[in-house]
Amino acid sequence: MRVGVITFPGTLDDRDAARAVVAGGSEAVLLWHADADLKNVDAVILPGGFSYGDYLRCGAISRFAPVMQLVIEAAGKGMPVLGICNGFQVLCESHLLPGALTRNSDLHFLCRDQEIEIVNNSTPWTTSYKAGEKIVIPLKNGEGSFQCDDKTLAELEGEGRIIARYVGQNPNGSRNLIAGITNARGNVVGLMPHPEHAINELTGPSAQGLGFFTSILNAMVK
Amino acid sequence: MAKIVVDVMLKPEILDPQGNAVASALPRLGFSFAKSVRQGKRFEIEVEGEPTAAQLAEVEKAAEVLLSNPVIENYVVRVEK
Repeated sequence: MRVGVITFPGTLDDRDAARAVVAGGSEAVLLWHADADLKNVDAVILPGGFSYGDYLRCGAISRFAPVMQLVIEAAGKGMPVLGICNGFQVLCESHLLPGALTRNSDLHFLCRDQEIEIVNNSTPWTTSYKAGEKIVIPLKNGEGSFQCDDKTLAELEGEGRIIARYVGQNPNGSRNLIAGITNARGNVVGLMPHPEHAINELTGPSAQGLGFFTSILNAMVK
Repeated sequence: MAKIVVDVMLKPEILDPQGNAVASALPRLGFSFAKSVRQGKRFEIEVEGEPTAAQLAEVEKAAEVLLSNPVIENYVVRVEK
């Protein structure tokens, strides 16, 4: 299975994301923001970093990159899309996901190992986990506070669209401890912490992030 | 030359940690006037001559699509002489 990993100017985590895709058993296909071609990928990952320098708002400029027009179209047809950290911000700015990521409530850039609970294991990116499973993966961002209006929050809660929550103290002021959400169809997932940095205990706090990448292989093989 | 100004502010219900940090820094410097502070963005757009109604309509559109994120922010477009 071919999983695309998009590099924008300022993206940092594309190499780790591609490595995680391979570790999960799929082929990683590197995509460039200016590409007008998704190279026949079966799924797409928008990795973390500071695309376009986070100018204006995180993800605001990336949304208009040529490759994103194709991603938005493909996501509308059901292609699995995972946005991690800055990728999550891009998905919100693209209106593929509701809400917005704002400045951490204490203003600090956080970089730490964070426990999260996988709440929804029915998306193509989370089937390798058990519902309620707790994993520890890195969280590193300055603008990770998930905000939305009350109506949207009620929808996310009511429709089971919160896919992961922070465990313990709220690290960034996100509403309802939201670490990740999915769209109504369930194919687009945004996640603030970084599973791609936790696929091997030698280089990460755990190997518990690998499940996102084995999930996508299973989802596509079915 | 006229300037079109777009002020972008977080919606009142959205937490503004930067504004709060400024509000708590002011009294430390001896300024006691502030009950609260909200921080926003200001865009200054120069156009040739007087802005036309069509230009202002375009700026409104750009403010909606790019300059602000309507999920969390409000904007106001005005002309400054």
